[in-house]
Parts: sequence; C-alpha cells; structure tokens
Amino acid sequence: MKGRPALRDSAIAAAALIVVLAIPLVHRSPAFEDFVIRLSAMALFATSLNLLVGNTGMVSFGHGMFYGLGAYAFALTMQMTDLPLPVAAVLAVLVTTLAALCVGAICVRLSTDYFAFITLAFQMLFYSVVISWQSLTGGDQGLRGGIPRRQIFGFELGSQLHLYQFCAVVAVLGLLALRHISASPFGQTLRMIRDNENRASFLGVVLWRARLWAFTIAGAFAGLGGVLAALFVSGAYPELADWPNSGQAIFAVMLGGINSFLGPVLGAAILLALNDVVTRFTEYYGLVLGIVILAFALGFRRGVLDFFRLVWPRGLR
Amino acid sequence: MDLDALGACLTTPACLVTQTTSGLIVGMLLFLVAAGVTLIFGVLKVVNFAHGTFYMLGGYVAYTALGVTDSYAAAVLSATLAMALFGVVFERALISRVYGSNVLMQLLICYAVVLIFDDVVKIVWGPEFHAMGMPPAFQVPPLFIAGGVVPPFYAVLIGIAALIAIVLGLGLSMTRLGKTVRAAALNPQMVSALGVNTTLLFAIVFAVGGGLAGLAGALAAPVRSLSPGMGFSILIESFIVTVIGGMGSIAGALVSALLIGMVRGFGTIGFPQFTDGLIYIVMIAILLLRPQGLFGRSS
Repeated sequence: MKGRPALRDSAIAAAALIVVLAIPLVHRSPAFEDFVIRLSAMALFATSLNLLVGNTGMVSFGHGMFYGLGAYAFALTMQMTDLPLPVAAVLAVLVTTLAALCVGAICVRLSTDYFAFITLAFQMLFYSVVISWQSLTGGDQGLRGGIPRRQIFGFELGSQLHLYQFCAVVAVLGLLALRHISASPFGQTLRMIRDNENRASFLGVVLWRARLWAFTIAGAFAGLGGVLAALFVSGAYPELADWPNSGQAIFAVMLGGINSFLGPVLGAAILLALNDVVTRFTEYYGLVLGIVILAFALGFRRGVLDFFRLVWPRGLR
Repeated sequence: MDLDALGACLTTPACLVTQTTSGLIVGMLLFLVAAGVTLIFGVLKVVNFAHGTFYMLGGYVAYTALGVTDSYAAAVLSATLAMALFGVVFERALISRVYGSNVLMQLLICYAVVLIFDDVVKIVWGPEFHAMGMPPAFQVPPLFIAGGVVPPFYAVLIGIAALIAIVLGLGLSMTRLGKTVRAAALNPQMVSALGVNTTLLFAIVFAVGGGLAGLAGALAAPVRSLSPGMGFSILIESFIVTVIGGMGSIAGALVSALLIGMVRGFGTIGFPQFTDGLIYIVMIAILLLRPQGLFGRSS
C-alpha cells in the first residue's frame, strides 16, 4: 500500500497545479481567477471538515469557528506586526490549531448528537466575541483597513494573478497533505473508529485521543483556508465564523461526496457557482439554497463523486 | 467586572426583584423552547436544529394575528396552534423521511428549513426589526414589589410558563399519553410492538414541541423585537439548557433554563461584558463534571 499511492497522489496534484497555473497564461479572466481564489479557501475548509465528518464520523456543526479564527488571526497579525506574510500565516494556523485542541478536548468525548451542537455552541461563542470585541475586531463591520501588501518571494499579493497563483499552490499543497493524512495508518484508524468504535477500542485504539488529533488537524487546515479567505477579502468578517458558513461546508461535503477525498472540493465548487448564479437573480439566496438542500437530502441522498464511484466502482477515487 | 454593583444589587430588595423578574422572563421563555427540544430529542433522538425557526415564526404569526384580531389572547392562541401544525407538517414531510439515517441528513434538513424560513420571513414581513409593543390590556401601571418595578405582563408571562411547566410535568408523569411518550423514549420498537401507533405519537411530540416554541415566540413578541435571525440565538441557548439539564429531561430543562435566566439577570449587573461567557463556563463545567447533565441518566 505504501509508496506508490502517495507518489500517484503527488503526481495528480502536480498535474492539477500545472493546469491551474497555466490557465492565466493562455486566457486571463478576472471572474475565473476570483472563483479559483475563493474555491481554494472553501476547498480547504470543506475538505478539512470531511476529515471529521466522512473519515471519523464526527459531525461538527461548528467548523466555521476555525475558518473565521484563521482569517482573524492572520489579518490581525498582518495589521499589527511587521512579520512577513508566511510567518503570519503559520502563526495564524498555529493559533487555530491550539484553539481546536482546546475546543476538541472538551467536545470529543461526547456522543454524536451532543458533539454537533456543542461545537456549534462554541462557534457561536467565538462569533459573539468577534461581534462584541469591537476595538480589536471591528465588530459586525468586520476587520477593515486591509491587509498590508508585503512581497513574498517576489510575489506581490496585491496583484490578482499573484494572489491566484499563491492560493492555488497553498490549496493544492494543503489538500495533498490532507490526502496523505487520510491515507495514512492514522487515517485508516479514523475510518475504523467511524465504522465500529467498540471494535477499534478493543484493538487498543484510544478513541478520544485519535478523535482529538483528527479534530485538531481539521481545525488547523480550516484555519489555513481562513488565511486564504482573509487574503481574498483583504480583511476578516464575522460572517466567516457565522453558523451558515458551517452549514454551507457540511452541505459542500455531502453534495460532493462524503466518501470521496475530492468530493468536498467538487461540492465547494458547485456551491460557489450556485451562489454566483443565484445572487445575480435574487437576494434570497438562503431560500434557493434551502430548497436545493431539501431536494438533495430527500431525493439524491448521495454526493456526486460517491454516485460516480457507485456506478463506476474502479474509476474515480 | 463590577462585583461591587452586583453586591449592592443583591442587598437591595428593589434591584433584587427587578433582576429576578428579568431573569425569570429569560428563563421561562428559554424553558418553553428547550422543553420542545428536549422532548423531541428524548423520544425521537432527533436534534431539532430548526426549533428556533418555530419560535421565530410563532412571534411573527402572533404579530400579524394581533394586528388582525386586536386581541392578544387570540394572537397567542393562533401562534401556538399554527406552530403545532407546522411542527407536524415538518415532522411528516421532512424529518420522518430521514429517521434512522445518519445525523448528517437530519442536520442538513434542519439547516435548509432555517435558511428557507429566514428568507420567507424577510419576504413576508420585511428584513427590518418589528416591535409588537405591549398589548393594550397590559398597558397599565406596573406592580411594585418590595420597591422593584414589575410590569404586569411579566407576571402573566411567568405565570403562563409556570403553568405550562406544571401541566407538562404532570402530563408526562400521570396521564396515559405521557406514560406512552416516556416509554417510547426508552424503547420505541417495544412500544410499537405493543400496539401503540408510534407514527401518531411522533407527530404529537412534534406538535407539542412546535406549539410550545410558537407560544414562546408569541409571549416574547411584546418584550423583544422581532427579526429574521431571532430564532437562532434562542436555539443555541436552548441547546445549552438541554446540555446543562440533561437531554430528554423536562425537569432538567426547567431548572437549567431558570439557572441561565438568573445568570443573565444578575450577570448584566456584575459582568456586563461577559454574560455570554459566564453561561458557557457553566456549560463547560457541567460537561466536564457531569456529561449527562444535571438530571440526565448516564448511558
């Protein structure tokens, strides 16, 4: 099992990255580049959530907290210090990781139903702190004033093309790392816990420890997604940490396919596209999204990639 | 933090009465919502993330009904009945299709319902805040209890909620229906095998839960403003109530709702910036020390 799959995944990732980076050389389209930048943030967010939901069977409804925290930590570090961008990004991810560890330590021992809404409760606590700590976060107006544009390795992130390239690289590397984690023995352990926690426990797996690791790792990658989101909006907004964002990520995971690694990425892409189309026609995006979700939940019940895997078992992974 | 103010308030009868009443208001409204959440979870093992929507719609229905009929009693009654019906439709049309499948589907359906009805409220009543105002019958001079000011409506609200708590508690423990509901919470298959129509029972549970949330919305409308997002904040707090009280326990819901109400009532004096945080600290402490909640049975 070892060695070749990892090599294959890296090759796929490299090929995908080359394609994405080559597109602007052939054809410049600001709308497409915006879409990819937003997708890179959302894809990391949704895929990290799937490490919990799909891999481990932990339904977190509060994952948006770490997305928002990553964004705020990064934007604030950039505004308040002179640290280079990569250092600020790493710091932001570290802060998020630590927060996920603390929240996880309280939540991971709970049963599924409790877990879903205690994580939601923590997200809402974080959200209310963001809203009420006006002097630091700018309250419901969001953190404004922009993120100082600092060059990294000759990249000027004020330029859309460079931001596009940066986000694509970070997202692909992040997804590759998540893929590696989910294919590792640790990832297998998580799936074993999902399928039969008693048996996993008998085999000597310390359930809460494995779950806490999964929760912490997922939080870290959501934070990385938040960093990209902060770069895109050049600041941070409380909506990033609000509950509809968590629900959106859950739907992205389900829509793309919970049992396929790339499912959440596809789901995020479909949702972003839907958002772009619907908001052009109506301000009632929630109404349309809600109806789409109901149609999905009562009708299809299976994500797109999972569906393809079912009808074409030996093909897509 | 302002412990001096808190100490001063606790020793002044007037302040004590005022803050206790406002705490009771918060607690009783929370109880009405949380009782539905805990009942539905206890019997159906469904975490109803859409319960805040029932509360919100109850408030809006009451607002419109008051405008039409000019009678607050009719407004409360119509909100309660409308939301009981809404609960049944919600259960039959949506939730019953995903019983037994994983939590994700239930969560997704509730998420969709919350999104849809937040927008429906915006379309029907507009995105702005509405104030129902005090119903004419209650526009009378306030009561003075030990120097504290208590608007008569507050007393009525607390009385109604307390009555509901008693009826609900006695109904669950004394009546045949209540006993069936409790049995179904323990073992639905066995109850069904004994010839009880569990489909009907589940619909009744949702009707009661929805009706209570609608009632809470209607009672809250005169004292709070109506807005499309109002359901979600009370949903979170009612979850915290069920965690502290123990999932599935009505008595636990009452005690912990009152506890949170008091934390809110007196927290605004002692820790104005940190009232929310205080509630979460209580919740975390309970989760760590007694994960099944104050009144919950450990599994």
